[in-house]
Amino acid sequence: MIYAAGVDVGSTQTKAIVLDGSRAIVSRALILTGAQVSRAAERAFEEAVAAGKIPRGEVKYVVGTGYGRYKVKFGDAQITEISCHARGAHFMFPGTRTVIDIGGQDTKAIRVGTNGEVLDFAMNDKCAAGTGRFLTASAEVLDLPLEKIGAMALEGKDPVRLSTVCTVFVESDIMSYLAQGRMPPDILAGVCRAIAARTMSLLQRVGMEPEYSMTGGVARNVGMVKALEEKLKAHLNVSAESHFMGAIGAALFAIERAEAQNREVAPAKLSGWDDGLGEGK
Amino acid sequence: MAEYQGIVHTRSREIMSAWYDRLAVAAANNTPSAYLMISGNCVEILRSFDIEPAFPEVNALQLAIRKQSLPLILKAEEMGYSSDNCAYVKADAGYTFDEHGGPSEGKVPIPKLIVCNFVGCNVYIKWFEHCAAFLDVPLVMIDVPFLRTDDRPTAGDLKYVVSQLQRLIQTCEKLTGKKFDIDKLREICAYSARAGRGWARAKALCKNIPTPFDAYFDSINMMGPINVLRGTKDAADFFDAAVKEYEELVAAKQGVIPNEKFRVVIEGPPPYPFYRQFRDLFSAWGAVAVQSTYSTVGGIWEWGFEHDPKHPLESIAELMLVQNLCNRSLLQRYAQIKRYVEEWKADALVIHSVKSCRLFSAGQGDMRDYFSNQLGVPTLLVESDLEDPRYYAQAMMKNRIDAFFESLEHRKLLRKADAK
Repeated sequence: MIYAAGVDVGSTQTKAIVLDGSRAIVSRALILTGAQVSRAAERAFEEAVAAGKIPRGEVKYVVGTGYGRYKVKFGDAQITEISCHARGAHFMFPGTRTVIDIGGQDTKAIRVGTNGEVLDFAMNDKCAAGTGRFLTASAEVLDLPLEKIGAMALEGKDPVRLSTVCTVFVESDIMSYLAQGRMPPDILAGVCRAIAARTMSLLQRVGMEPEYSMTGGVARNVGMVKALEEKLKAHLNVSAESHFMGAIGAALFAIERAEAQNREVAPAKLSGWDDGLGEGK
Repeated sequence: MAEYQGIVHTRSREIMSAWYDRLAVAAANNTPSAYLMISGNCVEILRSFDIEPAFPEVNALQLAIRKQSLPLILKAEEMGYSSDNCAYVKADAGYTFDEHGGPSEGKVPIPKLIVCNFVGCNVYIKWFEHCAAFLDVPLVMIDVPFLRTDDRPTAGDLKYVVSQLQRLIQTCEKLTGKKFDIDKLREICAYSARAGRGWARAKALCKNIPTPFDAYFDSINMMGPINVLRGTKDAADFFDAAVKEYEELVAAKQGVIPNEKFRVVIEGPPPYPFYRQFRDLFSAWGAVAVQSTYSTVGGIWEWGFEHDPKHPLESIAELMLVQNLCNRSLLQRYAQIKRYVEEWKADALVIHSVKSCRLFSAGQGDMRDYFSNQLGVPTLLVESDLEDPRYYAQAMMKNRIDAFFESLEHRKLLRKADAK
């Protein structure tokens, strides 16, 4: 059996996925990225390989993605997470035409074609407003664990209206609502709505077309999924693997390249693999 | 990265350095010099009085490209300029008040006259008003109406600007003690016309595949001669030499990069503090600019405009009114880019939005939508700044540019597969 891996080095967490030739997920790992990015990439990969009980040498191709993709030094190629999330989402939900990826510091709207190719994308600027960090900051002010705030947001009956999506200023906004006696579920529902509204502006830039799929760590937040579905007025595909979608996409590219190598297809020098993605730039 | 480094680069450097030398001489000898703006300028009139033009915008970009802009921007912010103000203005204000800094190529003199020839930007007006106040130098403000008609100025607008040019001439006469010489101005305009024709011809050569030069990154080597040195024999000769060299490259099918894979049109000024890094992000993908709107901020010559020695003032007024990017409407900018994409056979449009210039960047979201969603031209919008290094994040810029060309490459291969 042939194996390949994708390592997604994100701003907050590093995810690794090992796939086999049947495109089944063999194993995975998730660790905090921390300050030593190269080490995080190695550790995530090693943990995934160990979890799958696969000899490291059997993994024939590794694609690095995410902001730290060039720190996947043991990798064979680097592909942006935009292409990888599109590829992963299309693999999980082939009808996907629009991907919403909300990660630790990035929110992306990606329009994809019938082959999972990226047609257009838009993302937040050099500012973490309306990203996963916004949720983390909100949870911290409310002194709640991150994994609980999604379900709590669903309980909100009268969401507050936040005056900002700034990750810094949201703290004072929430404090003022707390001072007014508003309860955390309503505040969190307001937080989710604010992010959803911000995401909609990105979606409108790329043109909205169903089916919609959500990827990235924030997809685990059920309150966020609901807020987005309300705005979209449409169903949002959310896979149990959403958090790993970048790594899955990278692993899909990797397994195709591993197979191409097996067929002794010589890759073009600068770029131009069968999948059309350049490498190592 | 392999790139063209021929006579255009060396000759441009020589004649621009000579200009800086002349400015240094003007500073040392206290001979007349004047501040002027790039956008649709009337440099020919100053030249006819032997007034050496100095351009605070060029000063600012030189500081940025040499990575000297940030301390001066901070100095301007300490003086009270807002962080949202145009960073060109702040760098220049900081420079004006910094006794020890400045571009390495020479000293910019304190001008005898300040000519504000572009009033489309309120911040620019304030900039030159501040300069006049700080330096205690007379200011001539030329009110150039924004272009409201299609491509021709109205007779009234033309007359209005010409009358102001006549007042500028009177001011120059008083300043220099020289009588205005219309024949000298005609001769200068003839040089301008020759330079303009050369510049238009050079840009037209970028329609060839591969393109002989990068019409964004290499254009700055020609924007100095066309916008600053226009009206001189040096500039006219420079463009003749440039055209000759580019024609030879075209004949030899020699492109500016070894493997031209993507032809793009670029809108917006470059991030000068990261000029090299930004260029490399495109070269890495075999992407080259075949046209750019930034190269037309001073004037648009590629649609046939020329200075007319028979009607010097009218043709100078025409450049100021309609034949430069900055005085045109957003819809006219769309039309210009559309022609570029079609006639220069571009694969995509890249918009570099400038954080500290809302005047030029406002509307670029709609522009992206128009090209991407209505015309089907793949369009990338990235944002940083032309002068302030704090707005540029290399990792984010690279991520967006890599993802954009990944998607273009992917789609190109899918189309190829479909065709089989």
